[in-house]
Amino acid sequence: MSLFSKQNIQFVKDPLMDNNPIATQVLGICSALAVTVQLNTAIVMALAVTFVVAFSNVIISLLRNKIPANIRIIVELAIIATLVILVDQILKAFLFDISKQLSVFVGLIITNCIVMGRAEAFALQNKPWPSFLDGIGNGLGYGLILITVAFGRELLGSGSLFGFKVIPEAAYAAGYQNMGLMVLAPGAFILLGLIIWAQRTYSGIVAE
Amino acid sequence: MRSNAYTLGFAAIVTLICSVLLASASTFLKERQDTNIELDRKMNILKAFELIDPEKQYTPKEVFSIFDTNLKEAVTDLKGNVIEGKKISNIGDDPNLLALYLSDDAYCIPISGKGLWSTIKGYLAFEKDLNTVKGLTFYSHGETPGLGGEIEKDKFTKVWKGKTILDESGNLVSITIVKGKIKPDTKQIENKVDGISGATLTGKGINIFVMENLKKYQPYFSKQRGTAS
Repeated sequence: MSLFSKQNIQFVKDPLMDNNPIATQVLGICSALAVTVQLNTAIVMALAVTFVVAFSNVIISLLRNKIPANIRIIVELAIIATLVILVDQILKAFLFDISKQLSVFVGLIITNCIVMGRAEAFALQNKPWPSFLDGIGNGLGYGLILITVAFGRELLGSGSLFGFKVIPEAAYAAGYQNMGLMVLAPGAFILLGLIIWAQRTYSGIVAE
Repeated sequence: MRSNAYTLGFAAIVTLICSVLLASASTFLKERQDTNIELDRKMNILKAFELIDPEKQYTPKEVFSIFDTNLKEAVTDLKGNVIEGKKISNIGDDPNLLALYLSDDAYCIPISGKGLWSTIKGYLAFEKDLNTVKGLTFYSHGETPGLGGEIEKDKFTKVWKGKTILDESGNLVSITIVKGKIKPDTKQIENKVDGISGATLTGKGINIFVMENLKKYQPYFSKQRGTAS
């Protein structure tokens, strides 16, 4: 089986759209609400989660025949927690401002259901390479929604993108106002709801 | 089912590898992280003094140089006497020594104490009269993001500017965070600021520790006010 066979590509593509962890499975909502006020934090968070899911999947997949079944969850958590703390330490050393804004939410990746869910549902049954791709796919699927929500929230809520003002001063002078709702958590709920609606209409999924 | 010995052994090895990894990561990154924390602390002092524009980006070098050219540090005892030759970095945990930053026309004191969940740390700067607040910043806390965590936002701290810590007869009353918004007819409005909804308990904590911190500095402040007038 080649590295990028049709099936392997599917592992990455599937969670981006049809089986998106946020839009379809509605996992990882808590952090999706918290870090999407700005694009910068959303992108860093997306990368952090992608890194953690991908590598926890690989490590757990490598150990899948060695992990004793009765302590499997604890071992998975130890591995995930180690990766998350590593990410947190690296952010504190190299991206201090963003790490300050993300505050507890980096640490909370440990409890993000996507990470644990992929370890349990995929990595324990599959070889390292497909597990890695599955991790990348799910991380990016999560990130895609995060970035979409953050794009809407930063643009409508603060009138900027990546911290740069994009709504011209003239618009404010003419009476345009930033939508305060978008800066608050309910704004994320509303955008997220709209995205889930659009995504489900497109992929034709009907929840029971 | 694996044997108990295997399970225990496996758990031990996983834990060992994880801890070695984390310990070494922490050791290698410590220096960089400490520099970042120090930089952030100094940025916050400068922000309280209004010596930097919070909208702008500064390189670490610029921050350190603005800090060194504009500010002096001093250490006082609880009676308000300046201890010559003592550095703030040497205070350590000594409760009898107080740190103080001075610019040409303003003073800044570190404030810290319990919020709702965590120890909050920040800086409070005063105008020359040692009564009017020049600026306030919080740089370290573990309050709930979005609720108590909002204390670090400019929206909350900027209303402190211009408030006073003394009442009309010159008694120390500190500044009180009220629940909700201040009504325009509130008594002693100059000693009160708007609260954050959902963060009443964090606000109560701040009320208590700002007062406690100010009490400690009161002897020094009185002396300075005396010489100034």
